[in-house]
Amino acid sequence: MATLELSVPDEEVAAPVGRQRKLGLLFWIASAWVAIILSLAILAPVLPLQNPVDMDMLERRAAFSAEHWLGTDGLGRDELARLIFGARVSLTVGLIAPMIGLVVGGALGLLAGYFRGRFETLVVGSMDVLLAFPPLIFALAVVAYLGQSVPNLTIVLGVLGIPAFMRVARAATLTLARREFVIAAEALGASHARILLRELLPNVILPLLAFFLLGVAVTIVVEGALSFLGLGVPPPMPSWGSMIGEGRDSLDVAPRLAFLPAAALFATVLAFNLVGDTLRALTDPRQGAL
Amino acid sequence: MTAPLLTIEDVAVELPTPRGNLRAVDHVDLSLQAGRTLGIVGESGCGKTMLSRAVLQLLPKKAKLTGRVMFDGEDLVRLEAESLRRLRGRDLAVVFQDPMTSLNPVLTIGTQLMETIQEHLELDAPAAKARSIELLAAVGIPAPEQRLAQYPHQCSGGMRQRIAIAIALSCEPKLLIADEPTTALDVTIQAQILDLLAREQRRRHMAMIIITHDLGVVAGRADEVAVMYAGRVVERAPTQALFKRMHMPYTEALLAAIPKLETAPHTPLPAISGRPPDPTRPLKGCSFAPRCNYAGGRCHEAKPVLTSAEMAEHLYACFHPIRMTEGIEA
Amino acid sequence: MLNFIVRRLLAMLPVLLAVSLLTFLIASLLPGDLALVILGDQATPENVAALRRDMGLDQPLWWRYLSWLGHVVQGDLGRSFRTGQTVLQAVAERIPVSLQLMLMAEFIGLLIGVPVAIACAARAGGAFDRFMTGSAFAMLSMPSFLTAILLIYLFAVELRWLPATGYVPFTEEPLANLRFFVLPALTLALAEWPGIMRVLRSDMIATLQEDYIALAKAKGLKPSRILFVHALKPSSLTLVTVTGINIGRLLGGTLIVESIFALPGIGRLLVGAIYTRDLVILQGVVLLVACGFVIVNFIVDMLYAVLDPRIRHGHA
Repeated sequence: MATLELSVPDEEVAAPVGRQRKLGLLFWIASAWVAIILSLAILAPVLPLQNPVDMDMLERRAAFSAEHWLGTDGLGRDELARLIFGARVSLTVGLIAPMIGLVVGGALGLLAGYFRGRFETLVVGSMDVLLAFPPLIFALAVVAYLGQSVPNLTIVLGVLGIPAFMRVARAATLTLARREFVIAAEALGASHARILLRELLPNVILPLLAFFLLGVAVTIVVEGALSFLGLGVPPPMPSWGSMIGEGRDSLDVAPRLAFLPAAALFATVLAFNLVGDTLRALTDPRQGAL
Repeated sequence: MTAPLLTIEDVAVELPTPRGNLRAVDHVDLSLQAGRTLGIVGESGCGKTMLSRAVLQLLPKKAKLTGRVMFDGEDLVRLEAESLRRLRGRDLAVVFQDPMTSLNPVLTIGTQLMETIQEHLELDAPAAKARSIELLAAVGIPAPEQRLAQYPHQCSGGMRQRIAIAIALSCEPKLLIADEPTTALDVTIQAQILDLLAREQRRRHMAMIIITHDLGVVAGRADEVAVMYAGRVVERAPTQALFKRMHMPYTEALLAAIPKLETAPHTPLPAISGRPPDPTRPLKGCSFAPRCNYAGGRCHEAKPVLTSAEMAEHLYACFHPIRMTEGIEA
Repeated sequence: MLNFIVRRLLAMLPVLLAVSLLTFLIASLLPGDLALVILGDQATPENVAALRRDMGLDQPLWWRYLSWLGHVVQGDLGRSFRTGQTVLQAVAERIPVSLQLMLMAEFIGLLIGVPVAIACAARAGGAFDRFMTGSAFAMLSMPSFLTAILLIYLFAVELRWLPATGYVPFTEEPLANLRFFVLPALTLALAEWPGIMRVLRSDMIATLQEDYIALAKAKGLKPSRILFVHALKPSSLTLVTVTGINIGRLLGGTLIVESIFALPGIGRLLVGAIYTRDLVILQGVVLLVACGFVIVNFIVDMLYAVLDPRIRHGHA
C-alpha cells in the first residue's frame, strides 16, 4: 500500500509527546481538586465549622471576617460552612446517581452487546424511549410527582444516566466480543457467565469508569440546575445550586453570594470532566485497537 | 537537447515520527523531458509516493523537504503558494491510486470536473460543461452528459479512475503524475486504464510519471525507468536498456517477483526475503545489503553511489552489479 | 427516497407509543393522588371519591391509559384545573417564545462554533486551535444557570446595557423584543458552541486528511473553496446531527433560562405547573415535548438523507 506512507496524520506524528505532558499537569491539578473537595465533604461534620443552617439576622450578608471567613449569606448563615456542606449534597447526588447508571446501564449494555439478537433490540429500543425525554424535563417532572428529597433526586438522575452507560458498555462489548481472546474462550467451551465476568467485564469496566467520572460532572450540573430552580434539594439544606439561586437576588449588593458557589461548582465540574476525559481517551477500546 | 521539463535535484524528505526522523526520500536526482514518460518502480514504503508528493508540494505539513524541484523553469519548492496553486491542475496534474477515495463523495462528477476547468481556463459555465462532456467521452465514458449529474458512488472503480484521469487532463497539463493508477482496480481494468493513459499522453504530448510497484506496468509504456529502494534511486536506465541488462540485484529481484505466463503452475514465486530497512534507523552500508544474495563485506560498510558503466544513461548504485550476458524479454 | 421516509415513519410509531405510555405511567403510578391535589387541604373523603369517579381515576390502569390516549390522539390533552386553559391552548400561546429563544440560541451558537471550528481545523495544533479547544472544554463544564448569572451581573447589573428580565411580543415591539432575548439566547448559545465546535473541528480535521482533499489541492483550487466546499460539505452531515441532538439539550436549557429571564415560554409553563402542582399541564407538556423531540430527530434523519447522496441512493 503506497498510501500508507502518506496516511501518517500530522497530529499523530507530533502530538503524543507534547500533548500528554500538558494534559498531565492539568490532570493532576484536577485530581487534586477532586480529592480536596471530596475530603472536605466527607469531613464536614467533624471540621470546626459553624452550623450551615443557623441564621443570624443581625449579621446578614456580612463581609469576610475572622468569625465568618467567607462572610454570611442573605439570612446570616456562614457562607464557608454552607459551601462545604453544599459540596456534601452535590457530591452525594453526583456520585451515587451515576453509580445506578453504571451498574444497571453497564449490565444491560454488556448483556446486549454479548447476546445480541432480540434482547439487544429490546434494550436499545427502551433506551431510545428514555432518551426521547429531554433529561432535565424528565427529572423535573418525576421529582415533581415524587416529592423533593435527596434520595428521590438521586434515583431519578441515576435512571436518566442508564442509556448513556448502556451505550458505552455495549459499544465496548461489541468491539471486544470479536477479539481473539473471547473467541478463544468460547472455543474452549467457557460458559457465558464465565466469559461475561472473567473475559469481558474486566475490559469493559475501564471505559465505564472513565465515563462514570463524566457522568458525575453531568449529574452535579443537573442537580445544581434543579436546586437552582428550587426544585432539587429542599431548603434549608445547602446545595451549590440553591446557594447560587439564592445569591441571584443579591447580585447587585453582594455578587459573591452567587459567585462563590458558582466558582466551586464550575471548578468541580471542570475537574471531573478533565479527569474523566483524560481517562476516557486512555481507555477507549476503539483507540486502543489502533 | 532542450532543457528538461522537470528536474528533481538532490531532493530529500524527512518525516518526524515518535520514533525519530524518518527519511522517506534520500537525496534523489531525476529529470524528465517534455512529452516523455518516466516510470518510478519500487516496493511499498520505498519513498516513491513521497517523491511524487514532493514534486506536487503535497507533503504532510510536518514533513521537511530539501533540494530543488525545477518545473518549467521554476523551483516548486520555493514557489509562493498562489503561483503554485495556479500551476497545479493546469500544468501539473495528478491521478491518485485509489479512485474510491480520491473523488469527493458529496460533490457531483460535473462539479468536480468543471471546478478545475473554470479555475484555470477562462471559460463560462456552458463552455466548461461542454468541455467536461468532451473529456469524459475522451476517457471512454459512455453517456457522458448523464454522468455529470451523478455522484462518485454511482460509478464503478474503473469508471471513477477514468473520471479522475479526465479531471487530470482537463487543462492540458504539461506533466501528469500517475501514482499507482491501477493498483486499486480489478486486473481486467488495469490494462485498459494504462492504455488510456498512454494514448492520451501521446495525443496531448504531455510528460508523464508512472509510479508503480510492478515492473511489468512500465515495461512497454515508459521511456525511462528509475528503481527506488529505501528512499534512494538505485538504478536508472532507458527502459530497453534496463530490461536488456539490469545491474542492480534489487531490480532483478523485483522482476523475478512478477508471475509469468510461461512458468509452470504451482511454482512458488521467488519473493524477496526479509523486509526493507527501518527508515528511522538508516544503515551505514547499502540499504539492500541485508536482503541481497550478492552482498559482500564492502556492501555493509559504505553506501554505493549512482554511477554509470558502459552506457552513460544507465546508472546503478551497487558494488557487485550483475553482469548478465542475455537480457530478459519484457 | 419515499420508501426510506415511510420506513422511518413506521419505526417512529412504537417509540411515540412508548413515550406516551411512560408519560402516562409517571403521572399515574407515582404517589400523590390527583384528586387530593386538586381539592387541596379542605378535601373531605366524599369529595375526593366523587372527583375520582368524575375523572375516571377509579377505573383500571389500562383502561385509563387507552381512554387518555384516545383523547390525546384527537388532540385533547386535558384542561388545567387551575386556569381552565386547555393544554394545547397553553402550549400554543407559549411556543413562539420558546421557538424564538431556541432559534436565536442555535443561530448564535452556530455563528460562534462553525467559524471557530473551521479556523481551528485549518491550522490544527496551532496556537489559536489550542486556545479555542481549551476554552471549549472549559465552557462545556459551565452550566447555563452559571452563564446566565454571569451575563446578568455583567450586562444588566454592572454595565446596565440590557434588561435582565421581561418580555414583549416581537409583533408589538420588535426591537424591545430582541433586547429582551439577547441575554437568554446568548446564555444558551454559550453552552451550545463548544459542542458544535468540537464535533465539527475533529470531523473537518479527519476530512482534511482525505485523498480527495489532496486531489482538490492538486487541482489548484483556491484554499477557500477547498475548505468551504470540499471539506465543509462532507462535514455538514455531522453538523446537522449535532444541531439535532442539541435541540434536546436546548429544550432543557430553555427551562432554566426562561425561568431566570422571566420569558413566558414552554419551559416556564412547565416549571410553573410544577410549582402550582398543575399535573394535567405537566403531563401534557412533557408528552408534547417528548413527541416533539422524537419528531425533530426524525427530521434530522431526513436531512441526513438529503445531504448525503450515499444514503439517499440507498447505499448506506
